[in-house]
Amino acid sequence: MSAVIDTAPATTSTAVPTSGTRAAWTLALPALMLFIGGVVIPLVMTIMLSFHDWGQYKGIEQVFILKNWREIASDPYYVEMFWRTFRLAVLATLITAVFGVPEAYILNRMSGPWKSFFLLVILGPLLISVVARTLGWALLFGGNNGLANKLLMSLGLITSPVRFMFTETGMVVALAHAMMPFMVLAVWTTLQRVDPQIENAAVSLGAGSLTVIGRIILPQIMPGVLSGAIIVFSLSASAFATPAIIGGRRLKVVATLAYDEFLNTLNWPLGAAIAVLLLVALVLIVVGSNALIERRYAEVFR
Amino acid sequence: MSILELDRVGKHFGPNVAVDEFSLAVGKGEFISFLGPSGCGKTTTLQMIAGFLDPSHGAIRLEGRDLLAVHPARRGLGIVFQSYALFPHMTTAENVSFGLEMRRVSRAEREDRVRTALAMVGLAGYEDRYPRRMSGGQQQRVALARALVIRPSVLLLDEPLSNLDARLREDMQIELRQIQRNLGTTTILVTHDQIEAMSLSDRIVVMNKGRIEQIGTPQATYERPASAFVAQFLGKTNEFGANIDRTMSPASLVAGSWRAPAPVGVSGPVTISVRPERIDFGGSGLAGRIVSRIFQGNHWLFQCETECGPAIVIRQNDGQSQPDEGEAVRLAWRIEDMSLRAAGGTR
Repeated sequence: MSAVIDTAPATTSTAVPTSGTRAAWTLALPALMLFIGGVVIPLVMTIMLSFHDWGQYKGIEQVFILKNWREIASDPYYVEMFWRTFRLAVLATLITAVFGVPEAYILNRMSGPWKSFFLLVILGPLLISVVARTLGWALLFGGNNGLANKLLMSLGLITSPVRFMFTETGMVVALAHAMMPFMVLAVWTTLQRVDPQIENAAVSLGAGSLTVIGRIILPQIMPGVLSGAIIVFSLSASAFATPAIIGGRRLKVVATLAYDEFLNTLNWPLGAAIAVLLLVALVLIVVGSNALIERRYAEVFR
Repeated sequence: MSILELDRVGKHFGPNVAVDEFSLAVGKGEFISFLGPSGCGKTTTLQMIAGFLDPSHGAIRLEGRDLLAVHPARRGLGIVFQSYALFPHMTTAENVSFGLEMRRVSRAEREDRVRTALAMVGLAGYEDRYPRRMSGGQQQRVALARALVIRPSVLLLDEPLSNLDARLREDMQIELRQIQRNLGTTTILVTHDQIEAMSLSDRIVVMNKGRIEQIGTPQATYERPASAFVAQFLGKTNEFGANIDRTMSPASLVAGSWRAPAPVGVSGPVTISVRPERIDFGGSGLAGRIVSRIFQGNHWLFQCETECGPAIVIRQNDGQSQPDEGEAVRLAWRIEDMSLRAAGGTR
């Protein structure tokens, strides 16, 4: 998020090791150690693991083969899984953008206590555990006994219960709900930097309210929308709990697939390959779109 | 023939009165300033004319038509905001062109008018610059061009020069006045800077606490302030408690050792107000002592302690020798250089 919003040019300093830089290294050392020990080493081990062999009876064999990678690439089962994951993430991102941008705009125009109250409402999903929140959806829409389904059916609005559990629709809706705060906050941050007089300026020049939003406000908050989209997309694509509960055993996504390979099949090398592929794909998408945004808006939003 | 009329316009925010009974007729081509301290209601009044705020009561008419019934987007007023409010994602040319696009002006004419407007504010060749790559003064010019290119019936300026440094501000004042004269656009300027108001306007509306204190030409408001507030807000002024003694013969106006023939009709305690540049050091008059003297290039600024309280005196640096600090002096002024009002009253 900050990578997109703060595109201020990094100060270039000549790399002469002075006492200042040495102190900086010393101060950064604890965090650096933690990063290397907690992220870099396990990551390298996981990558190495993905090239090892595994058999039902022989377990993990420390060799270097491409078997796991070939399996993922050739088996349509895995390909479908990856497609589903990205489809869900894209849809969740679109939904959060479509609802989150107006939400942030309205929030920004609210005053005083109402603003704080609705900010809390928007942040709500973050304050509740993923599991409790997702089970809440199940209580509302779970088959014939779901509260919302019962209500809608007794009102005669629907004849059969809305299928929500174990459907992709349900997964997308639950994901979008969980991710909404990230989008709203990202957009809200950029909205606060928009000159409050600017709408009046556009109106005084003869612009109607739709023109003001479409041509003046939206282009200015686009970086916020896109950085929000990056956050939502990457979090949705790697989400585990929500797809696991709503999607169940039938509709697996990449994260739940990797989990199953590790803990149910015990095929660690294949699970590692799946996890690494998800990571690489996400990094490529995020870095790529970030670079695109920076190039597109470099001139205007320095 | 007035182009813009405000008829007893008022604005309340809950129990707070922001503007009260504001009546003004603006002539075609006139340059009017709303002058007052912050919170005096000048910006509120401007926003009601612009349509961003609705008056609680009163009427605003533009060329005889009821302006309040017109949506802000259709009022056809040009506005320059304090923050300039340029569109940061558009180039200079796109910014200026926006108002014309909204009016569905053809592309060829648009380009032509944008070029003319930018040339007028001295920004020819800056068409493709983005606002963030321009200095404050240049942004200010873009904002002015954007407001003028739509040929507004009235130009509203909301403290447009307050974000510029002193030197640039003076340059812009001269330029603004020149452009306004050339185009003949009726202009209303909101400012808290009395020098700016005096040097730019045909008439000044001095406001305080939501009310009009005085409307008049810069010279008239300065020379003959209608109230103590105006006298103190426009330039510096000295105030002395004085007394009109009709028992003396002839009846006299007395302030300490200074005395003058009493004006007709008034008696009892009064307050005299005199501009510092109208006071002379002489052989007779109000007795005092110089507390400090400050050299300011073309003039000297003296702070004196007199029998009637502190006073400031400004003397031209005309080569004559000036009194030193600590020196005893006599302050005198001509009777036509002071204004008089009954003591105790605020007016």
